[in-house]
Amino acid sequence: MHLSETTTTGFFYLAPWIVFFPVIGLLINAFLGKRFPEKVIGWLASMASAGSFVISVLLAYSLWASGGHAQSVYVAPWIHIGNLALDWTFRVDTLSVTMMLVVSGVGTLIHIYAIGYMHEDVRFKHDVGRYRRFFVFLNLFIAAMMILVGGDSYLMLFVGWEGVGLCSFLLIGFWYDMDTLGRSSWANSNAAKKAFVTNRIGDFGFLIAGFLMFWYIGSVQFDEVFAMAPGLQSGVIVAITLFMLIGVTGKSAQIPLYVWLPDAMAGPTPVSALIHAATMVTAGVYLIARSAPLYTLVPEAQFIVAMTGAVTALFAATIAVGQYDIKKVLAYSTISQLGFMVAAVGMGAFVAGMFHLVTHAFFKALLFLSAGSVILGLERGHHHLAKHEAHEGHHEGHEEVFDPGDMRNMGGLRKTMPVTFWLYIIGTLALAGIFPFAGFWSKDEILADAFKEGYTAVYWLLTIAAFFTAFYMGRQIWMVFFGKPRHEAAAHAEESPLIMTAPLMVLAFLSIVGGALNLPGLHTLTLWLEHTLEVHAGEFVLSVALISTALALLAILISWLIYGRKPLEAGQPDPLKRPLGFLFTGMENKWFVDEGYWAVFVNRYVDLARFLADVVDWRFWHDWFHEKVIAGTYNWLSHIFLNRYADQKGIDAFFNGLGEITRKLSAATRRVQNGFVRSYALAVLLGVVSILGYLILK
Amino acid sequence: MMAGTLPISYYLGLSALLFTLGVLGVLIRRNALVIFMSVELMLNAGNLAFVAFARMYDMLNGQIFVFFVMAVAAAEVAVGLALIVAIFKTKRSIDVDQMNSLKG
Repeated sequence: MHLSETTTTGFFYLAPWIVFFPVIGLLINAFLGKRFPEKVIGWLASMASAGSFVISVLLAYSLWASGGHAQSVYVAPWIHIGNLALDWTFRVDTLSVTMMLVVSGVGTLIHIYAIGYMHEDVRFKHDVGRYRRFFVFLNLFIAAMMILVGGDSYLMLFVGWEGVGLCSFLLIGFWYDMDTLGRSSWANSNAAKKAFVTNRIGDFGFLIAGFLMFWYIGSVQFDEVFAMAPGLQSGVIVAITLFMLIGVTGKSAQIPLYVWLPDAMAGPTPVSALIHAATMVTAGVYLIARSAPLYTLVPEAQFIVAMTGAVTALFAATIAVGQYDIKKVLAYSTISQLGFMVAAVGMGAFVAGMFHLVTHAFFKALLFLSAGSVILGLERGHHHLAKHEAHEGHHEGHEEVFDPGDMRNMGGLRKTMPVTFWLYIIGTLALAGIFPFAGFWSKDEILADAFKEGYTAVYWLLTIAAFFTAFYMGRQIWMVFFGKPRHEAAAHAEESPLIMTAPLMVLAFLSIVGGALNLPGLHTLTLWLEHTLEVHAGEFVLSVALISTALALLAILISWLIYGRKPLEAGQPDPLKRPLGFLFTGMENKWFVDEGYWAVFVNRYVDLARFLADVVDWRFWHDWFHEKVIAGTYNWLSHIFLNRYADQKGIDAFFNGLGEITRKLSAATRRVQNGFVRSYALAVLLGVVSILGYLILK
Repeated sequence: MMAGTLPISYYLGLSALLFTLGVLGVLIRRNALVIFMSVELMLNAGNLAFVAFARMYDMLNGQIFVFFVMAVAAAEVAVGLALIVAIFKTKRSIDVDQMNSLKG
């Protein structure tokens, strides 16, 4: 009886706990965790995240049981001014629950992985104390992300949006006092600042969009905005959607604001996986999908969004080909894949975009975490060697800086790290879009939608990007796992423990079967999201699937011909360098976009800041205005006027005069007291005579 | 008796003369002892005036007052002579003009 009651009313009232669980976790760890052993801290944080996941599952179940109708869960009042009424309200619908499941599910797996990863990382970096801080930040991120995806208004979404931005900043700069190689430097904290400032530019656009909404609609609550939007001029909607796109390019790393994401790899690898691949960076995609009723009103804005995504997808994919850092390749791959998603939601293929978001979260988290496993494996090998040599008495030798993330130091790892190797292969096949892995289904749905909807340019850009995707992943596999070790550390690499590989196996499983979420013909995800978004079931286009698969296979074959058949030797330049010439130099150097930004924006900004600091603030404000005008006037007043005239010539002179008069008078009268008794007697006589005389003669 | 015959102005004139002599003595002489005696002269000039007036008005008040003046004069002599002796012991002189240390 009781059970049936709960199924009809649902578990919706539990929605706030998706935020409360991680908040409780972080509070316990932050305030009580000082004496906890590492295992307790890690598992506590993981359980907090898992609690969110359980709630998300319950919410999904309740939604399914109640027919998928969106529910609002009121928590507390927030802003009530005039006509504006905003509350802390959670919106539980199929779209937000999908995001909650991904964030908390993948998040929990990454928490568990981090228990093992950070245990070693803090030891290689010689600061065990930061272990607890890491999990506090990680829980804070889950909480902020849940506010982002669970919010019922653009403002609540923005609170989460800024919250995850803060966590991103904190975690990119986690090893803030060193660079990625552990040398003392500000490189990591500069990367964090870059991410923060770049995101601020995007947030500015998002804020403008919010202000426009408030100005023209008078509300930022989703349902009210969507209800009023069709009545507005299309120019206003275009402005709102395009300003929103600026926010999306910041958070989801699209052209022109993607530059922060590769630098964000300075963060520990679980962070790269959780925040900078699986969840936070998809917030922009979620924002567009959430704002679907706005975007569908203005096809011109949709076209711009789709082109932004498609160009980013291809552009970033070409850069990934020229990178040597294992995480940098994945970072550019993430930008490229986010481009796929943005292009999809831009075209109006919201389901395809969300589908790719989910599968990408699986296989990119898998790839990043496996890359972390590889990096730690090399660190272990390096450490092992260093200890060995110290034992034998060679003290130099391994003192040179060793980069465990550089693929040119790797090679042959499939023998030393077999588990990681197979996991990496699964992730690669999913990312490359090989049948029947998850990426094949989701990427093909995007391509098929682009093909059908007549976005020809987008279709070709994405197809070529898919070719490059398969190529750079092939290149990575051959460079990392095949051939011979190009560094002694690679030769002595050790496999990671089960606490790290177990979450990877779960993710690998999801990467294999994730496509089942929305198989052609079944359309599970489409039917699920249909309750929230206006969608049409994507059809499976065989020719598109065949072309993309053929291209992917061809790309892998080419990568084998270049990198696999004749493996790279230590110190040998990239075999693509000579045939491609300046093209490869461009890829290697990220097409000099960072340098361009420096030349065009950052240096100008620095010049402006210098000008303001040196000329305006120092010379004008400090030297002239403060020193000359204010201090000068004050000095004149105090020294010349008050001191010289008022004080010295007025008050001083008056009291000095009084003293002088008294002195002169006393100098005159002191002569009377001459010490001769007889003259005193005379004075008395004279006094008596005069008084008596006066009395008599009166 | 002769008392009724001599007018009061005689007595008062003598008293004034004596008092003036005393004053001059105090002002002019430098010897402390002489000054002291001049003071006694002034006191007794006063006494004479008291007695004369008492007789004239036939009242005892003036007579009684004279006794007080005498008693005070006796006490003054005792203190004054002691002071003079003390001063003489330190300064080997009783010239009042020598005793001018207290001056402005």
